[in-house]
Amino acid sequence: MPPRLDVTLVSTRRRALKLAGLAAFAAVLAPRMALATEAQVADEMKKLFAGKTMGEGKIKLDMPEIAENGLVVPINIDVESPMTETDFVKSVHVFADGNPLPQVVTYHFTPESGKASASTRMRLAQTQNVIAVAEMSNGQLYSAKVQVKVTIGGCGG
Amino acid sequence: MALKSQPRVRVPAQAKAGEIIEIKTLISHEMESGQRKDAAGKTVPRDIINTFQAAFNGKPFFTAEWFTSISANPYQSFFFKAKESGEFTFTWKDDGGAEQKATAKLTVA
Repeated sequence: MPPRLDVTLVSTRRRALKLAGLAAFAAVLAPRMALATEAQVADEMKKLFAGKTMGEGKIKLDMPEIAENGLVVPINIDVESPMTETDFVKSVHVFADGNPLPQVVTYHFTPESGKASASTRMRLAQTQNVIAVAEMSNGQLYSAKVQVKVTIGGCGG
Repeated sequence: MALKSQPRVRVPAQAKAGEIIEIKTLISHEMESGQRKDAAGKTVPRDIINTFQAAFNGKPFFTAEWFTSISANPYQSFFFKAKESGEFTFTWKDDGGAEQKATAKLTVA
């Protein structure tokens, strides 16, 4: 007869190991992940836009719904504007509410740009919202927000 | 990190007057976020390219202020409305004060 396997012992030992593993993982992550919060993004926006009202539309923020690798996530911004000397997009500010710092990029456009559109690649530490705000030459603001789900984070690695 | 490698820039060589052209740029840079720790537990100091600027015949028309959330080896694409022939100058500046420039010619038919 084969030796009896102590099922309960094995399972509790496994469970203990699993728990220890999780704890170690959390300990590794916790101290270096001082992430921005939605409040910090709101603060940053308040500083820049001083409580001006923000319209919807006009600005399109294009990002993948799910980012497998948070180190390089494509981001494309497109603002509707005739881009003439009197009516153009002055700047676009991009924020992320789950990265160590809220700012991502600020673009400054001119009528010579022809089109207020730009693409780059950004880091995402975790699943979070990315917010873009366009500032028109007449001072009007338009914002867009998208949520990106991140499988592997791309900050502090 | 010093800006050593030659940046890559893609600009159409020719354009019609009034045409809006797309410009794509890529440069090698660590974009060290200042969040990472080295093996000894010391924080690796931040070193990123913080400004990218595109100018045509000496007049800047597009500026990007990059922060630490921009990926390593930053890519940037943007647009320009062609009016006359001339030369583009692209400038990247990093935290260490290093500067890298690239130029490209445009002929407007």
